[in-house]
Amino acid sequence: MNSFGNAFAWLFAPEQWSGPSGIPARVLEHLGYTALAVLLGLVIALPIGMVIGHSGKGGFLVGAVNALRAIPELGLLILLVLLMGIGLLPVTLALVVLAIPPLLAGTYSGIRNVDRSVVDAARGMGMKEGRILMRVELPNALPLILGGLRAATLQVLATATIAAYVSLGGLGRFVIDGLYLRDFAQTLGGTIVIAVVALALEGLLILLQRLVVSRGLRRNPTRRRDRTVRPVEIAVETA
Amino acid sequence: MIEFRDVTKQYPDGTVAVDKLNLTVEAGTITVFVGPSGCGKTTSLRMVNRMIEATSGTILIDGKDIRDSEPALLRRGMGYVIQQAGLFPHRTVLDNVATVPLLSGWDKRKARARAAELLETVGLPAEMGRRYPVQLSGGQQQRVGVARALAADPPILLMDEPFSAVDPVVREDLQNELLRLQGELDKTIVFVTHDIDEAVRIGEKVAVFRKGGVLAQYGTPADVLRYPADEFVAGFVGRDRGYRGLSFLESSGISVDRVETAKLGKPRAETVADWVLVLDSDGHPCGWLPPGTSVDGSLTREPLVAGGSLYTTGTSLRGALDAALSSPASRGVVVDEDGKYVGVITARQVLDLIEGHPQAVSKT
Amino acid sequence: MNWLSRNIDAVLELTGYHLVIALLPVLFGLVISIPLGWVANRWPVARAILVPVAGIMYTIPSLVLFLILPPLLGTRVLDEINVIIALTIYTVALLVRSVADALAAVPPHVIAAADAMGYRPVRRFFGVELPLAVPVLVAGLRVATVSNISLTSVAAILGVPQLGSLFTDGFAVENYDEIVVAIILIFLLAMVFDGLLLLAGRLLTPWARAGRAVGAAK
Repeated sequence: MNSFGNAFAWLFAPEQWSGPSGIPARVLEHLGYTALAVLLGLVIALPIGMVIGHSGKGGFLVGAVNALRAIPELGLLILLVLLMGIGLLPVTLALVVLAIPPLLAGTYSGIRNVDRSVVDAARGMGMKEGRILMRVELPNALPLILGGLRAATLQVLATATIAAYVSLGGLGRFVIDGLYLRDFAQTLGGTIVIAVVALALEGLLILLQRLVVSRGLRRNPTRRRDRTVRPVEIAVETA
Repeated sequence: MIEFRDVTKQYPDGTVAVDKLNLTVEAGTITVFVGPSGCGKTTSLRMVNRMIEATSGTILIDGKDIRDSEPALLRRGMGYVIQQAGLFPHRTVLDNVATVPLLSGWDKRKARARAAELLETVGLPAEMGRRYPVQLSGGQQQRVGVARALAADPPILLMDEPFSAVDPVVREDLQNELLRLQGELDKTIVFVTHDIDEAVRIGEKVAVFRKGGVLAQYGTPADVLRYPADEFVAGFVGRDRGYRGLSFLESSGISVDRVETAKLGKPRAETVADWVLVLDSDGHPCGWLPPGTSVDGSLTREPLVAGGSLYTTGTSLRGALDAALSSPASRGVVVDEDGKYVGVITARQVLDLIEGHPQAVSKT
Repeated sequence: MNWLSRNIDAVLELTGYHLVIALLPVLFGLVISIPLGWVANRWPVARAILVPVAGIMYTIPSLVLFLILPPLLGTRVLDEINVIIALTIYTVALLVRSVADALAAVPPHVIAAADAMGYRPVRRFFGVELPLAVPVLVAGLRVATVSNISLTSVAAILGVPQLGSLFTDGFAVENYDEIVVAIILIFLLAMVFDGLLLLAGRLLTPWARAGRAVGAAK
C-alpha cells in the first residue's frame, strides 16, 4: 500500500499543479485530444447513421464498421505515427477510428428504433423526408445517439492515454514517463488522475443524457425508450 | 378426490384471497371454479399443487394432507395447464411434452415415445413434435400444454383458464376435445374460468366464487342455473340464463300439435295451402312442402324445403326452442327416440312451458 | 512478409500468450457473472449496487486498471495476471446486467409452468432460465471477446509479452512489417473468435432461429 502513499505524495506535490507539464495542463491537453476525435467522429458518423437509419438501406455498413472495434488501437496508432511522423494528426486519426463505431451504431439504431407509425403519421401529414428526419426521428433517437456519444467519448478518453507512448502529451505522459524512469509513484499518480477524469466525464455525460432525455420526454410522448442508455448496452445491442 | 377444509389464504397486506373454503372435488369429475376476477378461484387452484401455500386450513388429496409431500414431487403427480400454455420456448414440442417423465427419471427414449403417443391423443400430428412452440398456433400450443400435463398420467389435472387466450371457434374445439379426452381418461379435473358459458358447458360440478374468495354456490350446472343461491350468483349467471336453463329442463310434460302430413311417393294432385310436413315410409320427417306448391303425381323430395333441427322428446327444452326457431314453417318437428314424427311445437309453446317453471324465470 | 516467415515461431508463441490472456477472462467473466446476474435479478437491492458498480468498472481505462492492480494485489507490473484480472473485470461488468435482464425477461408463465411440473429451483435455473438467456449471453460474450483480444495488446506498454509486443518492438526498430502483421493477426483472431461464438450461439439456440423465421414470415 506504500505505492499508493507515494502516488498521493506525488499527486499533491505543488510542482504537479503548475506549468505546461503540470496536471491541469495535461488534463486540458487530454480533453482536447478527446474532444477533437469525438467531434470529428460525430461529423462523419452522425449524417451517415441518420441517412442509413432513415432509408433502412445499408444496415450492413453498420456491421462492417463495427468490425473496426477489433483493430488494436496501439498498433494502429504506432503504424500511423511511423507513416506520418510524430504529431497530432496520426493520433487524432487513430482515435476517430475508435469513435466512429459506437457513434454510428447509436445513431443508426436510434433512428431505426423510432416507432414506424410515428414516421408514417408524419409522412401522412405531408412532412417532407428531410423534415421527418430532423424533426421526428432525430429527437426520438436522441437517447441512443447520446448513448453512443457516451461510449465513444469514454473509449477515446481511455485510449488517448497511449498518445504519450508516441511522444505526445496528455495524461498518459505521467504513466509512460513513470514507467521509463521507474518512478512508479508518478505512473500510479497518473493513472489515478485518468480514472478520476474518466469517472467525472462519465458523470457529466450521464447528466447530459438525463437532461436531454427528460426534456425530450415532455415533448415526445411517443418515445418508448425513455431511460438513459449506457455504453455497455450500446456495445451489446450493436454487437 | 380433493378436499378443501376451511382453507384460507390471506396475504401479508391483509387481503383475503380465499375465505374458509370448504369443498370436495369428486374423483373422476370435471369441477369448474368460476367467478369474476379477484374472486380467489385461481388462488384456490394453485393451492392444490402448493404453488401458493394456504394460510390456514387443510387440503387433502385422497385423504392425504398435501403438506406432507414435498412440493416438487406433489406437482409431478398433477398435470397443470395455464392460459398461455407456458411451453418452454427452447425445447421442441416433443421434449416439452416429455418434461415431467424426464424429471421423474424415465429414460429419454421411453419419455419421447410416450410424448409422441400423447400428441396423437390430443389430436396433433406426430411430425409436429419436431417443431418449436413458436411455430405453432395458439390452439395447437394449448393442445401441447394439455399433452404435457397428461404426460406422466397424473390422476389430477389442474387447468387455469386454459382456453381463454384462443379465439372462440378454437376454444369450442378445445372444449369438445377436453370432454372427449375426459371420456377416455377419467381424470379428476379442476378447471378455472371466468366464463359461465364455458363453466356450464364443461363442468359436471360448478363452484361459483365471489369477490373476497367466498364460495357462493357449489352444485351441478343445472342447479346453479335453475336455483341460484343468491343475488350475486343470479347476476353472475346472467340475464339470458333462462335460455341457458332450458338445457336442463326435463320436458316430459310437453304437449305437441298436429300438422298436415303427406307420405313420400304417394300420388297427390293439389296445390297446398299451408306448410305440409312430408314423411318417408318409416315415418321419419323429410322436409316441408311450402304453401302454394303444386303437386301432380307422386310426391318426390324435389320440391321439399329442408326442415330445421329436430327435437327428440325427453331431451332439453333448449332443443325444442332451437327446432321451433330453425323450422321454415315456424313449427319445430318433434320426433320420438326412433326419430319418428310425433308432432310439432311452436316457440310460443316452449316459452309458455318455461314460464310454467317458476325457477326458470329470471327475477331481474 | 519475409519478416513473418523468418519469425514465425516467435509470432506463434506470442499468439498463444495473447489468446490465453484475452480468452481466459472471457471464461472467468462468464462463470462469475452468471451467479452475480442471478443475484441482481433476485434482489433489487443487489441490483441497485451491482449495476452501477459494473458501469463504473467499465468506465476505468484499461491501462489504468493494468497499473492499479499490481500495488493492490502485490503483483509485479509485468505479470500477465494483472491483465487477466483487469479483462475479467471488464467482462463481468459487461455481462452482469445482461444476465440479470435476460433472467428477468423469462416469461412468468414459463417459470410458473416449470414450477407446476415439479422443477426444483436449481434444475429450473439450469434447465429453463439459463438456456433462455443464452442469446443475450452470447451477444455479451462476443463483445467481451473482441474487446479483450484488442485490449490485450495495450499490455505491451507494460512489457507483458503477447502480440502487442510486436507493436512496441516494431516501433523501436521502425519495422512496418512487424506492426502490420500484428494488427492483421489480432484483427483476424478477434473476427475468428467472434464468428465461433456466433456459431456456437446458433447451435445452442435452434429455437431462436425458428422464432426469427416465424417473425419474418409475419
